[in-house]
Amino acid sequence: MDELKKKATELLESLTVKVVIGYEEGTAGRTRALFAEKPEDACRLIYDSRCVQNLATYLTKREVRDKGRIAIEATLPVMRSIIQLAAEFQVSDANLLVLGITPDGKLIEFGNLAEVEAFIHQYPIEINQQDREELAKIEKMTPAERWKFWTDELSLCIKCYACRAACPMCYCDRCTVDCNQPQWIPVPSHLPGNLEWHIMRAVHLTGRCVDCDACYNACPLNIPIHLLTKKMVEEATVHFGGYQPTIKGEHIMSTYRPDDKDNFIQ
Amino acid sequence: MNDNPYMPYLMRIEKITYEAPGVKTLMLKFVKEEDEKKFDFEAGQFGMYSVYGVGESAFCIASSPTRKGYIECTFRRAGRVTNALSNCEEGNLIGFRGPYGRSFPVNEWKWKNLLFIAGGIALPPMRCVIWNILDLRDNFKDVTIIYGARSVSDLVYKRELQDWGSREDVRLITTVDPGGETPDWKGETGFVPAIVEKAAPSPDNTIAIVCGPPVMIKYTFPILSKRGFADENIFTTLENRMKCGFGKCGRCNIGKMYVCKDGPVFTLAQLKELPDEY
Amino acid sequence: MNTDKRLIRKDSLENLFDILRKKNKIIYAPVSKNSKIIFNKVESFQEIATGYVQTVQSPKEVYFPRFETVLEYTMSKDNISVESVNPDDIPEVILWGVRPCDAMGIGILSAIFNQDFDDEIYNKHLSHLTVLGFSCNKADEYCFCTSVGGNPGNTEGSDILFTQLGENGDYLAEIITEKGWSVVSLAEGLFETAGEINKNQFLADLPSMFEIDEIRKNLENIYSSELWTEQSLKCIGCGACAYVCPTCACFDLQDEAHGKLGRRLRCWDSCGFSLFTLHASGHNPRQLQSQRWRQRIMHKFSYIPEKLSVFGCTGCGRCSRACPADMNILEYLISLQEATI
Repeated sequence: MDELKKKATELLESLTVKVVIGYEEGTAGRTRALFAEKPEDACRLIYDSRCVQNLATYLTKREVRDKGRIAIEATLPVMRSIIQLAAEFQVSDANLLVLGITPDGKLIEFGNLAEVEAFIHQYPIEINQQDREELAKIEKMTPAERWKFWTDELSLCIKCYACRAACPMCYCDRCTVDCNQPQWIPVPSHLPGNLEWHIMRAVHLTGRCVDCDACYNACPLNIPIHLLTKKMVEEATVHFGGYQPTIKGEHIMSTYRPDDKDNFIQ
Repeated sequence: MNDNPYMPYLMRIEKITYEAPGVKTLMLKFVKEEDEKKFDFEAGQFGMYSVYGVGESAFCIASSPTRKGYIECTFRRAGRVTNALSNCEEGNLIGFRGPYGRSFPVNEWKWKNLLFIAGGIALPPMRCVIWNILDLRDNFKDVTIIYGARSVSDLVYKRELQDWGSREDVRLITTVDPGGETPDWKGETGFVPAIVEKAAPSPDNTIAIVCGPPVMIKYTFPILSKRGFADENIFTTLENRMKCGFGKCGRCNIGKMYVCKDGPVFTLAQLKELPDEY
Repeated sequence: MNTDKRLIRKDSLENLFDILRKKNKIIYAPVSKNSKIIFNKVESFQEIATGYVQTVQSPKEVYFPRFETVLEYTMSKDNISVESVNPDDIPEVILWGVRPCDAMGIGILSAIFNQDFDDEIYNKHLSHLTVLGFSCNKADEYCFCTSVGGNPGNTEGSDILFTQLGENGDYLAEIITEKGWSVVSLAEGLFETAGEINKNQFLADLPSMFEIDEIRKNLENIYSSELWTEQSLKCIGCGACAYVCPTCACFDLQDEAHGKLGRRLRCWDSCGFSLFTLHASGHNPRQLQSQRWRQRIMHKFSYIPEKLSVFGCTGCGRCSRACPADMNILEYLISLQEATI
């Protein structure tokens, strides 16, 4: 992606940014994150359909943040994550420059996050066909079948928290699972503990998940946990008409109106 | 006791002493007589104390091995387990695993002068070895104790301090941080390192044992070194987050050393070889 | 115990499996699940996966489970009755399809669990375990067992090592231990005499990629290097590498209470988690991922060799395969060999 390399080199040479985060060739045909700090590193930047890791997860990592102003190669899911992070005060125009990659693979230079937001709003968050079919299969199951499906899958979970680490929305310094007064989520990877963890994560992501599949891609055991968070995306569409990450606008799960039909809080 | 290394002894809390805000001492007795008979430890070793259903926490054994029939631990309420321990009452049952770790080489200190320097909640590991020394007082020459805390109420073992202060064969200097004194405070005022400097201890035939918060230790070591103390003659105990207590869970290592197994007692010479990761 | 060589026909492997199952032996073997190969309890030979290089997880979860009860207690009015788990209750298990790197890993884990204090629970698991190893006829770009003292036909740690003699070939069976002979004795007829067979021609060709002693020497000097930050920048701080590793032994002890009853569990933990070394006071000696990454490498390639005379890595490559961020340990080790202060 020559345009991208050129732009990145320029940004690093002019010291506009301290580091450019993008993708480079990895092991055995994979791609991985590149942190280009020297202009000559920028030539390693690539973009193709293999580049699916959500790089926005690095924007809340202390060692990366502390480097200074960052430029990031951002596909649509990454852009969505960035806007959601901005809405939650984790990134801002002061420390971030977005080098967008459009769905048809073209570089687009954004001047600020408001422009990124305007761009992503052209593309509603839609569950793809394959996942839609997987969800439909589960929806057709009886409660007993559904319970068996999830307990079979989640008993494999080793609680490595790769899903949490890969998700850009999971950035808490002290995650709920790390709290031990009280120990809300059990530490050992037995079935009840695994169920509690995944259900809790799906709930914490409601209204925030950008449907990027980072959690599923990260799971060493290919457990279809992305279906849980995608189901919440679907539920949000059913109950709230869908949502988009937005910096200044309303967020479905953290906005309350006095005429809300759930009035238990009154 | 069977071969399960994770099985604690069952202990009954005999007595609870309130030492300072958030700090308590528990006197524990073995529930089973055969456990008590088998049990022995050396000054400086620690144990894992459990509240069943809550978890375990590592503290030194704060009583002396010369006093049989019970062990004591002193802790500050800080996290999940210490909070649960703090809420226990006399008569409650808890668990104890130990003793673990390397002890103070008390036998090697015979006929030497001993200088104990402690700060705040770090007096407990020292109290164990101080009692040990005082119970065998004739084996040692001069004994000096310098102890300080943030304020008068934060001094732990207030009763012991009185005992030690009233002994003729012990030189006791207590201090509180500037601003921590009360109107009737008769001790010194100043940070522990400064008081150590003022006391100008001689390094001749003297072993120094220093325990305290990292910031106190950081400033005390250079003062001792400046006065001519050799690194091998300065001892301290380290702490780290622990779970198993015997070198398997992989948590408490500093470089090649496990604090639980190769420590918690270290000399300054040994510390200097460890990476700065504690 | 002399290693004896026998030949077992390709089709007889299934017979061997069936004989073991009929004796009610519990067998764990690699199976395919969600397009990944994992170790699972198997009932029939057909379930066993073939044609893969390595499983996602090591077989350590059979003898060092993800979570394991170490004691149980019952509270009553004035008493707590505490029961130790009885190690004799641990069942006998046969591990089928263990790669030589994993078999070597058993020895490393054993060294850790018997260092200074013997962990009887772990030891009981091992004494009830029979390891049927299978040599590797192919390797992939993640494998590096030959760089850390192993090889694709290594017998260390296996009770019997099977080597397939060519594609669709029969198997050379090297009987290494008493336990191996016990298996043979259950199915004597299946183990025929073997002629002079050199298994090396059937093993994966895997040249050594680095000099491990050089790396160990280098590690003594580069503690404060910037390298650790550079290498760990893309690490996202999960525990996947530690959990799939055959030699990672870090664990946590957790109490679970249900009213008056409860238990204490030993469960896996990882030094890569940010709160692994967090003190109750809030102080954390390893606050940065670079410090935790350094700990991982130093522990495996410097501290363990010093204390236990073995390296803490078998070159199985699982950590790199499982890593969501493609932290390729082989790549990093090669650059550590070249590192200067």
